[in-house]
Amino acid sequence: MSGSYYVPASSKWPILMVVVLALLVIGAGSSLSFGHGFGLFLAGMVGVLVMMFVWFRDVIHESRSGLYDAQMDRSFRMGMAWFIFSEVMFFAAFFGALFYIRVFALPWLDGEGEKGISALLWPDFSASWPLLKTPSDAFTGPAEVIDPWHLPLLNTVLLVSSSITLTIAHHALKNDQRNKTKLWLLLTLILGFVFLVVQGIEYVEAYTQLGLTLQAGVYGGTFFLLTGFHGLHVTLGACVLTVILLRVWRGHFSSRSHFGFEAASWYWHFVDVVWLGLFIFVYVV
Amino acid sequence: MTSNSYSSAEGHIHEPPLRGIKRWLLTTNHKEIGSLYLIFSLVMFFIGGTMALVIRAELFQPGLQLVQPEFFNQMTTMHGLIMVFGAVMPAFVGLANWMVPLQIGAPDMALPRLNNFSFWLLPLAFSLLLSSLFMEGGGPNFGWTFYAPLSTTYAPPSTNFFILSIHLAGISSILGAINIIATILNMRTPAMKLMDMPLFVWTWLITAFLLLAVMPVLAGVVTMMLLDINFGTSFFNAAGGGDPVLFQHLFWFFGHPEVYIMILPAFGIASMIVPTFARKRLFGYRSMVYATASIAILSFVVWAHHMFTVGLPLAAQLFFMYATMLIAVPTGVKVFNWVATLFHGSISFEVPMLFTLAFIVQFTIGGLSGVMLAIVPADYQYHDTYFVVAHFHYVLVPGAVFAIIAGVYYWLPKWTGFYPDETLGRWHFWLSVIGVNLTFFPMHFSGLAGMPRRIPDYALQFADFNLLSSLGGFLFGMSQLLLIWVVVRCVRGGKPAPDKAWEGAEGLEWQVPSPAPLHTFSTPPEFIPERDSPGRA
Ligand SMILES: [Cu+2]
Repeated sequence: MSGSYYVPASSKWPILMVVVLALLVIGAGSSLSFGHGFGLFLAGMVGVLVMMFVWFRDVIHESRSGLYDAQMDRSFRMGMAWFIFSEVMFFAAFFGALFYIRVFALPWLDGEGEKGISALLWPDFSASWPLLKTPSDAFTGPAEVIDPWHLPLLNTVLLVSSSITLTIAHHALKNDQRNKTKLWLLLTLILGFVFLVVQGIEYVEAYTQLGLTLQAGVYGGTFFLLTGFHGLHVTLGACVLTVILLRVWRGHFSSRSHFGFEAASWYWHFVDVVWLGLFIFVYVV
Repeated sequence: MTSNSYSSAEGHIHEPPLRGIKRWLLTTNHKEIGSLYLIFSLVMFFIGGTMALVIRAELFQPGLQLVQPEFFNQMTTMHGLIMVFGAVMPAFVGLANWMVPLQIGAPDMALPRLNNFSFWLLPLAFSLLLSSLFMEGGGPNFGWTFYAPLSTTYAPPSTNFFILSIHLAGISSILGAINIIATILNMRTPAMKLMDMPLFVWTWLITAFLLLAVMPVLAGVVTMMLLDINFGTSFFNAAGGGDPVLFQHLFWFFGHPEVYIMILPAFGIASMIVPTFARKRLFGYRSMVYATASIAILSFVVWAHHMFTVGLPLAAQLFFMYATMLIAVPTGVKVFNWVATLFHGSISFEVPMLFTLAFIVQFTIGGLSGVMLAIVPADYQYHDTYFVVAHFHYVLVPGAVFAIIAGVYYWLPKWTGFYPDETLGRWHFWLSVIGVNLTFFPMHFSGLAGMPRRIPDYALQFADFNLLSSLGGFLFGMSQLLLIWVVVRCVRGGKPAPDKAWEGAEGLEWQVPSPAPLHTFSTPPEFIPERDSPGRA
C-alpha cells in the first residue's frame, strides 16, 4: 500500500444512466399495461447501451493511464465476484421453482401427500414430467419436448469447449503470446455465437413443431424461463468478450494486469456452469 | 488535515466541489450520498406515514366513512412497500454510507460512482411506484407481500409498473451491498482486522451478504409474475400445473432474510450507543459477531413460518417451527449483552441513549410475540390478525425506526458540528414512545380477539382498541414533525460539538473534526488494536 488512497473523480454517466433507465421502465410499463410506449422502451434500451459504453470507456481510460492502484483493483475484483454471486442466486430462484413444481406441486395436484386436498380440483389429472397434459383445459401442454441428446447435447459440447478455449486464451495472455490470445478468444466467441444460433433453432422448433411455448403450461414456462435467461446471459457474456477481443487487438492488457479479461472470463465460466445445471435438470432428468 | 494530504501518490487531486444541483446529481462522495439517502428516506417515511394515517383514520370507528375499500387496500399495500423499501432500508444504507468509511478509516466507499448510481435509482423506483396510484385501475392493492393470484390474475393493470419499480429498487440494493462489502473487506485501515471492526460495520457486512443472497430471488419472483401477467405462463396458476403456494415460498425466502436486513444494522447501532452512554466497553464483542452471523444463517431456513396455514406437510411445519424458535437464542445473546453492558455502567440518558434503551425493550416485546407466532397451533389462531400487525410493527417501528432515530441523534454532531437540541429531543422521544405503544400495543388484543388485518371495517367489539390505536397513530405521526425540526435546527446551528462529541464514545469516527470535512482519511489513520479495538481483551 502506497500510504495514500485513490478516490475516483465524479462522473456524469451514473445519473444519465438513471435517466435512460427511466425511459426504459416507463416505456416498458406503459406498453405492457396500456399498450403504448414501446418506442420509449427501445429508446431507453439504446440509451442504456450507450451509457454502458461511455461509462466503461472512461473506466478503461483511467485504468490505462495508470490511475488505479492495487486497492482499486481488489475493489473491482470483489465487486465482480459478488455480482456473480447475486446472479447465482437469481438462477437459484428459478431452479428452486422447477424443483418445487416437480417434487411437490404436481404430485400434490395428483392427490399425493398427507393433505391431498388439491387433488379435488382436477380429479382426472395425473402428474408426470415433462407435463404434457395440464390440469385444466385452459392451458394446452406441449405435444413433445426437446430431445436432450440432439441439439442440447451439441450445445453442451459447444459451451464446455468455449470455456476451455477461453482458458487457453487466458494462459496465452499471461505468457504474453498475444496472437495466440486473439486466436483462442476469437474461437471462444465463435463457439458462443454458434451456441446462440443452435438455441435459436431449438426455440423455433419448439414453437413451430412441438407446441412447446411459454403458454404450454408450467413445463413450457420453466423451460423458457431457465433457458431464456441463460441465453440472455450468454448474449451479454459474448458482447463483453467481443469488447475484450477488441481491446486485446488494440494492445490493451499486459501479461500481469488484465482484470477486464479475467472478469469477463469469470462471467463466461459462470454462464457455462449454469448451462450444465440446465442440461441436467431441464433437458435430461 | 492539510490540503496537501488530499493529493495522492499518483498526483491525483480532488476536483473543486461542484455547485448547486449538479453537486448532488454527480456526487461520488460518501458523505453527500449518505445525506441524500437519509433525506430520501425521511421523505418516504412521511409519505408512507401519511398512508398509515389514512388507514388509522378509516379504522377510527367501525363502518366505512373516509375511503373506499379498494383505496384502503392500496393504502395498506403502498404503506408497507414504501416503509420497507423506501424508508427503512435506505435509512440504513445512508447511515452505512456516512459511517462505515469513517469507522474503518477509509477515504470513501470502494466504488464511488456505483454508489451514486445506487442512490439515484431509488427516486426513480419510488416515483414510478407512487405514479401507479394515479393510473387507470389504481395502484397495487394486493398487500406488500403481493401474493399470487391477487397480484397476477386479479391485479390492476398498473402492476407492471410495480414490478419494474421493485426491479429498480432491487438493483439499487444489490449494487449498494456489493459496494459495502468491497468497502469493508478492502478499505479498512491496515491494522484493523475483521475482529477489530465496530459492530455497526460488522452488522452491515453481514446484512450486505443477506441482500446479495435474497434480492435476486425477489427479482426472480417478480419476473415470474411479469411473465404470468403478460405472456401467458402459469408459474403461479394451478390450471397450468403451477402453484400459487410456490409464489409464497419464493417470496418468503426473500422476505424473512429481508426482516433481518432491516434489523441487523439496528443491532449494530445499539451496540455502538449502549457502550458510549454506559461508559463501558461492549460486553461480549465476539459473541455479538457470532450471534449476528448465526441469525443471518438461520434466516435462510425459517421462511415457511409465514405460511403455516397454507397447507404445509406436518414435517415441514415442525421443522420451520423449531428452526424459527432457535433464532431466539442468538437474539437473546444480544439482548443479554446489551443489558450486561449496562450493568454497573455509569449511565447517562442523552437522547440517543433514550431511543436505544426504548429500542432494546420494545424490540424484545416484538421478538417475544414472534416466538408466539412461531408456534404452529397458536399461529392458526393468530395468522392474518392484528396480532401479526402488532408483532412486526413492534420490531420495525419501536425497533428498527427507533434505532435509526437513535443513530441520527448520535451521529448528528459529527455530521453538522452541532449537538441536536436536547430538550426538543426529549419531547420527541417521550411523545414517540407514548404514541408508538398506544398505537401498537392494543393491536395485540384486537388481534388475539380475532380482528383480521387489511380490512377497512370491523365488528363493534373491536371499537375501543381501534380508537386507541388511531389516537396513538396520529400522536406518533405528528411527533415525528419534531424530528424534522430538530434536524433542521441542528444543521443550522446549536451547541458546537468537539471531535469526540460524546464523552464515552470510541472509534475512528470521533477522531475526525465535527463536522466531518468532505474528505477524510486521505491517508490511513493510525489504529492500534490493543488500544483501539472494540474487541480488545
Ligand atoms: Cu419470518
